[in-house]
Amino acid sequence: MVKFLVQRTIGMIITMFFVSMMVFAIMELPPGDYAERWAFRKFSGTGAQITEADLDNIRANFGLDRPAPERYFKWISGIVLHGDFGEAFAFQTSVNNVIGQKIWLTLAILFFTLVVTYLVSIPVGIYAAVRRNSIEDYALTAFSYLGFALPNFLLALVLLYVSITVFDSSVGGLFSPEYADAPWSIDKAKDLLSHLVIPAIILAWSATAFQLQTVRATMLDELNTLSVTAARARGVPEWKLLLKYPARLAINPVVSTMSFDANRIFSELPIVALVLGLPELGELLLKSYLDLDMFVAGAILLILTFMIVFMNFLSDIFLAILDPRVKLIEG
Amino acid sequence: MANPKQNTDDNLLEVKNLKISFKTDEGIITAVDGIDFSVKRGQTLGIVGESGSGKSVSTWSIMRLLPKNSIIDKNSSIKFQRKSGKVVEMTKFKKNGRELRKIRGGEVALIFQEPMSSFSPVYTIGNQIMEAVLHHRDVTKKEAEEIAVDMLDRVGISNPRQRFKQYPYELSGGMRQRAMIAVALSMNPSLLIADEPTTSLDVTIQAQILELMNELQEDLGMSIIFITHNLGVIAQVADEINVMYLGKIVERGTTKDIIHEPKHPYTQALLKAIPRLDRIGERLTAIRGDIPSPLSRPTGCPFYTRCGKVIPGVCDVKMPESTHLSDTHTVYCFLHEEKDV
Ligand SMILES: Nc1ncnc2c1ncn2[C@@H]1O[C@H](COP(=O)(O)OP(=O)(O)O)[C@@H](O)[C@H]1O
Ligand code: SF4
Ligand SMILES: [Mg+2]
Repeated sequence: MVKFLVQRTIGMIITMFFVSMMVFAIMELPPGDYAERWAFRKFSGTGAQITEADLDNIRANFGLDRPAPERYFKWISGIVLHGDFGEAFAFQTSVNNVIGQKIWLTLAILFFTLVVTYLVSIPVGIYAAVRRNSIEDYALTAFSYLGFALPNFLLALVLLYVSITVFDSSVGGLFSPEYADAPWSIDKAKDLLSHLVIPAIILAWSATAFQLQTVRATMLDELNTLSVTAARARGVPEWKLLLKYPARLAINPVVSTMSFDANRIFSELPIVALVLGLPELGELLLKSYLDLDMFVAGAILLILTFMIVFMNFLSDIFLAILDPRVKLIEG
Repeated sequence: MANPKQNTDDNLLEVKNLKISFKTDEGIITAVDGIDFSVKRGQTLGIVGESGSGKSVSTWSIMRLLPKNSIIDKNSSIKFQRKSGKVVEMTKFKKNGRELRKIRGGEVALIFQEPMSSFSPVYTIGNQIMEAVLHHRDVTKKEAEEIAVDMLDRVGISNPRQRFKQYPYELSGGMRQRAMIAVALSMNPSLLIADEPTTSLDVTIQAQILELMNELQEDLGMSIIFITHNLGVIAQVADEINVMYLGKIVERGTTKDIIHEPKHPYTQALLKAIPRLDRIGERLTAIRGDIPSPLSRPTGCPFYTRCGKVIPGVCDVKMPESTHLSDTHTVYCFLHEEKDV
C-alpha cells in the first residue's frame, strides 16, 4: 500500500506539472497581452500617441517582457513555494485577494454537492437493486430520470420560488445579510450550510440520478455472482452478506468516476450560480480571460484542474482500498 | 435412537417427490420432475448426469439456495436430520430465516465447481473462513483463526499461516478448491454437497482432490453428495449412485451396480463416453443427439428422443415405472419392465 501511495503521489505531481504548462500555454494563447489592454484603457480618448517603446515600458513594468519559459518558472515557483498566484492587473491587487474567498466557496459547494450525491445514490442504488422490480424500485428509477431530464436552471428557479413563497426565506447568495461581512463563527458556518442545501440539491440531482443507476446496475450483477450464493450457503445473514460482498463492489464504478462528477458539477455551477446569485469562479474566469488578465484566469484554471487531478488521485486510493486486485494490476 | 420420528435406515437426508420449476419469460420450466433420493450417514451419494439434467437445482434446493423465480412443489418433501436428532422439513422454512441459516454451513455445506468465483475476490481466504467459523461456532476471533489455519493445513495447503492472509487470486486452481473445502469443513457440517468440485481442475489435481475428500470423510464421518457429469470420477468416491436425466432419476444403485451392471441405456451410454485404461483402443462414443430443452419435455420416457433401444409406441407414450432389479438396484426403463412382467 505504501508503495502504491508513493507511486500515485508521484504520478499526480507529474500530471500537475504538465497541466500547469498547458494552463500557461492557454494563458499565452490569445493575441496581444495585458500591456496593450492597459494602454488602451488608460489612453484611449485622450488623443495620446502610444509608441512601441511605450508599450515595451509598460511590459517591463508588468514583467511581461521576459521570455515565456522564464515567466512560467517565476509564476509556478511563486505558486509552489509561496502560494502566490501573481498579480491581478485589472484589479490592481494580488490574484490571491481576488479569488481567495470565491475559491473556498466554490470548493465548499463542490464538496457539499459530492457528499449529497454519494450519500443518496449509494444506499438508494443498493436498495433499488435488492428490491428490483418492486414499486419502490420503479419509483426511484422514475425519480432519477427526472433528474436527467430537468434542466438545472429550471430546477433552480422552481426551488427559489418555493423557498421564497413557502418558507419565506431567501436562498439567494451564500450568506444571510447579517453574516455576509461578519467574521467567521459557528453561526456563520451554519448559515453557509443552510444556504448550500438548495444549490447542492440542484447540482447533485443529475449526478445522483446517474450514479444511482450505476450502483443499481453493478449491484444487480454482483448479486448474481457465485460468491454471494457461497456466503449465503455459509449461513451469513442476508443484510450482512449484501453489504459485505456485492455492495462493496457496487460502489467501485462510483468511486472511479468521482472526478467526472466533480467536472460535471464545475460545468453546471455557473448557470445555477447565476440564478441563485452565488459567488462563483466561472464568470470571473471568462471575464479575466477576455481582459487578458492572465494570472487571474491562470489561477482559476490551475486550481480547478488541480481539483480534478486530486479527485482522480483520491479515487485511485479508494479503489485500491475497496478492491485489492487494483494494486496487483498496476503496482 | 431417542427420537421416534427417526428417518428410516438412519438416513441423514430423505428427499421425496421433489419437483422444482422456474418462472421464466418463456413460461414455466420444470427442471426437476418428482425425484426421490436419500443420503445415509457417513456415506457418499453420487449424482451423475449431463449438464442441465437438474443436479444442481435438486441439491441446492436442500439448502433453499435457489433464486426467487424458483418454485418447489408443495407436495415435495426434504427431510433432514439435525445434529440434535430432530428431523426438520426443509421446504417449510422461511426464506433466509434463522433456523435455516443455522443449518446452512453449520450442518449442510456446499462447495462449487468454480473455486475462483465462489470466493469473493476482495477478501482474504482467511477472512472468508473466519466468517464461516464465527457464524457457526462459539469461539473467539483468535480461536477462529487457529481453526482456520488448522483446516487449511489439513486440506493440504502449505504455509497455511501465509495463505490465510492471501487473496483468492494469489492461489492456484487446485489450492483454491482445497481452500473452498477448508471453508466448508471448518463449519463442521454433517452433510457436504460437492457440486462438480473437480470439473474445472486438470486430471492430476482432480485425483488429489478426490483422495483428499475420501480421506476427510473417513476422518470426520460426514455424509457427502457428490455431483459430477463424469461416471469415471464418481466411481472413485461414491457408495451409491443416482443417474439423472432431464430432471428425472433414471437409474439408481450401488456404485458396483451402476458401473458393472448398468441397465438403463442412458447409463450405458454415459459409461461408453468415459475413457478407461482397460479399454484402450476401443472407441469412445459420445451420446448422440442433444438434451431436449426443458421447455419442451418429451412425453413418456425422457430419454426416448436419443435412445438406441427405443420401443416405438411405448417409450414415447408413457413414463416407465420403477423396476427393482435387486434390493439396491432400481431402473426406470421399459426394456426391464417387460422382463419383470
Ligand atoms: N434460474 C433459473 N431460471 C430458469 N431455469 C433454470 C434456472 N436454473 C436452472 N434452470 C433450469 O434447470 C435445468 C437444470 O439445471 P441444473 O440443475 O443447473 O443442471 P446441472 O447442474 O445438472 O447441470 C437447466 O436446464 C435450466 O433450464
Ligand atoms: S424406456 Fe425406452 S426410450 Fe427410455 S431408456 Fe428405456 S428403452 Fe430407451
Ligand atoms: Mg450444475
